[in-house]
Amino acid sequence: MIELALHILDLAQNSIRANAKLVEIHLMENPDKDYYRIVIKDNGDGMDAETLAKVTDPFFTSRTTRKVGLGIPMLKQNAEQCGGSFHIESTPGVGTELTATFGYHHIDRPPLGDITGTILILLTNEKGTDVLYRHQTLQGEFNFDSREIKKILEGTPLVTKEIRDFLKSMIDENLENIQIVRQ
Amino acid sequence: MTKIKSLADLRKLKDEVQSKIKLREKGDNPENLIHIKVSMATCGIASGAKETMNFLIEELDHQGIDAIVTQTGCMGYCYAEPTIEVTIPGNEAVIYGHVNKEKALEIIEKHLKLNELVDDIIPTNYKTIDD
Repeated sequence: MIELALHILDLAQNSIRANAKLVEIHLMENPDKDYYRIVIKDNGDGMDAETLAKVTDPFFTSRTTRKVGLGIPMLKQNAEQCGGSFHIESTPGVGTELTATFGYHHIDRPPLGDITGTILILLTNEKGTDVLYRHQTLQGEFNFDSREIKKILEGTPLVTKEIRDFLKSMIDENLENIQIVRQ
Repeated sequence: MTKIKSLADLRKLKDEVQSKIKLREKGDNPENLIHIKVSMATCGIASGAKETMNFLIEELDHQGIDAIVTQTGCMGYCYAEPTIEVTIPGNEAVIYGHVNKEKALEIIEKHLKLNELVDDIIPTNYKTIDD
C-alpha cells in the first residue's frame, strides 16, 4: 500500500467483519525515537491460537470469494522492511490487537496519506461499528470518537453532505494542530 | 490562528441540517434510491477504491443525484478492481470493473442518467432463456 492510511482502512475492515462494536485506531509518531506506530484494537470475535498463527500467511483467508488474504501480510512486510516490527494478539470472544511499528525516518516508510478519508469511510460502515481514532505526536494528541459524534447528531445521518464536510475539516484542522499536514 | 472546529460547532450544525433534511425527506425511502456498493477489501483499496468511492460521493452530491454509496467486501473479482455494484430500483444489479474516476463519471452520465450500459461490466448473473 502506498499510504499508511490505506493499511489502516484495510485492517479496520477486518475488525468490522469480526463483529466488533468498537475499533480503536491508535497512531503514535516519534521522530526523536525513530518510530511510527499503528495499533488497531477491536472487541470483535477474536481468533483462536490456530487461526492466529495463520493470519500472516498470504494464502490464508476467512473469505470464500478468493483464496488469498494479503491485508495483514502486506502490513507486516511493509513494517519489517522499514526497520520495524509487527505483532498481533487475539483472544476468542474478547478481541484482537495488532501493532505495526515503522522506522520513522526509514526512506521506505509510506506517508500517512489521507487518514481523514479513511476515518470517514470507516464511520459509515454498514454494521454500525464505532471508531475511536487517537493520534499522538510530539506536539500533542487528537482524539476522535464516533460515539460522541453519534450522540450529538441524534440520528442525523453521517452521510449528509454538510455533516461529512464538517467532520472532514474538523479532523484535518485538528491534525494540522498537532503538525500533521497532508503530504 | 483560526479557531479549530469542535464538537460544539457540530451541535449547532446538526440543528441546521436536521431542518433541511425534513424538507428533503418526502421521497427518501431507501428502497427508491440508487444504491452503489464499492468493493473495499485489500484488493480494492490497493487499486484505488478509496478514490473511486470519494469521487462517487462528491460527484453525486455535486450533480444532486440522490444515491446511497456504501462499501462492501471483496466480491471475488480482484483482477478487475476497483469494482462497484450499481443497483437502480426495479432493475437488476450490475457490476462494473476497473472503475477509476473517468469510468465512474461515465457510469454516472450514462448508466444512472440515461440507463445505458457502459463497457467493463462483469457478467455475474448470466441467465439462459429457460431461467
